[in-house]
Amino acid sequence: MATEEHSEGLAFHPMDQFIVKPLFGGDTVGVLTVTNATLWMAISVLAIIALFVLGTRGRAVIPSRTQSVAELAYGFVHKMVEDVAGHDAVKFFPYIFTLFTFIVFSNFLGLLPKAFTPTSHIAVTAVMAVGVFLTVTIVGFVKHGVHFLGLFWVSSAPLPLRPVLALIEVISYFVRPVSHSIRLAGNMMAGHAVIKVFAAFAPLVLISGVGIAVTPLSILAITAIYALEILVAFIQAYVFTILTCVYLKDALHPAH
Amino acid sequence: MANTTQPAADAATEAAGHAAEAAGHAAESAGMPQLDFSTFPNQIFWLVVALIVIYLVLSRIALPRIGGVLADRQRTITGDIAAAEDLKAKAIAAEKAYNQALADARAEAARIVAETRAEIQKDLDAATAKADAEISAKAAESARHIEEIRAGAMEAVKAVANDTAAALVSALGGSADDKTVAAAVADRMKG
Repeated sequence: MATEEHSEGLAFHPMDQFIVKPLFGGDTVGVLTVTNATLWMAISVLAIIALFVLGTRGRAVIPSRTQSVAELAYGFVHKMVEDVAGHDAVKFFPYIFTLFTFIVFSNFLGLLPKAFTPTSHIAVTAVMAVGVFLTVTIVGFVKHGVHFLGLFWVSSAPLPLRPVLALIEVISYFVRPVSHSIRLAGNMMAGHAVIKVFAAFAPLVLISGVGIAVTPLSILAITAIYALEILVAFIQAYVFTILTCVYLKDALHPAH
Repeated sequence: MANTTQPAADAATEAAGHAAEAAGHAAESAGMPQLDFSTFPNQIFWLVVALIVIYLVLSRIALPRIGGVLADRQRTITGDIAAAEDLKAKAIAAEKAYNQALADARAEAARIVAETRAEIQKDLDAATAKADAEISAKAAESARHIEEIRAGAMEAVKAVANDTAAALVSALGGSADDKTVAAAVADRMKG
């Protein structure tokens, strides 16, 4: 009995929070099923509309608080696109800003207790990363034609080395969407899972004497990891966006 | 592999009740829900919907609006700075003009003071000269007057002395003519 209660009390299900399940009953997740993932994506969309549309409806020269947050985000990403990808990349700004806002809102809303984090799923991040990859590749070929392949031909290297380097460059080019997507999903998943693991230790005080020491420690650890996760939530959105800008720069200015 | 067996396990849990459901959940949590490919079409579909909605809302409404506000603000600030520069230049010009006017007024005042002083000095000099002349004329007349009086007095003293001497001589019993007496008196008065 005691052992069973022990296992009942310390239930380790750190990955349960990532399960995609239908919101209104049923077991199967079809393409159009409204799931918890759908719900939290919708909440992100609504939050984005609230901040960037409702928050700026005053169009004030002296902004309200919400408007200045929206302006801050706009300025932040706009400057990033301009500085990293160049001035002619500004026409991709709405596209990049869409990715940034979606990731940042999903990451932060996912930190709410009981929330679901769409960006912790490789399916979501892979779609975004592949989207960026295809965009960048198509833009590169449309703008520069075959010259875009010069990106892989390191003309500053000695001639015998160039084919080898070209092979490495091609491989690294195709690995981009993989690392781009796994970096974001992995970070989000790992942080949330670690919080859940520590959370599973927290009720130990109800079961065993060791809990007197373990419970406060685990609560402290949850707090610390949570603080770290707040940082990670922003940094990963930033990293995803700036990498998008870097790839875009390669497409617009492929000179090596 | 756990993923492929999962629908079957789930079906079993429906039938077998609570204990079996717990077991099913345990099996589910063993794998990564991220790799449950059966949910991928759903997630991808809703992600694309969400991204399209965000893109349309941002690119049609929010971003032009914010960009406009930022441009407006920049314009306002630039305009205000230009206006401030303008006003500053005006203030400096006004200060210069004021100082110029002040200096002019000061010079004018000094000139008027000098002029007035010279005029007064001239008048004063003229008045002084006139007064001096008058004074000297009066003094000369007075001196003449005094001279006259003195002469008159001498005559009177001589007459009185003659008369007195004649009277004294007659009183002492002598008789003297007026000429002798007058000569004697004049002789005495000289001494």
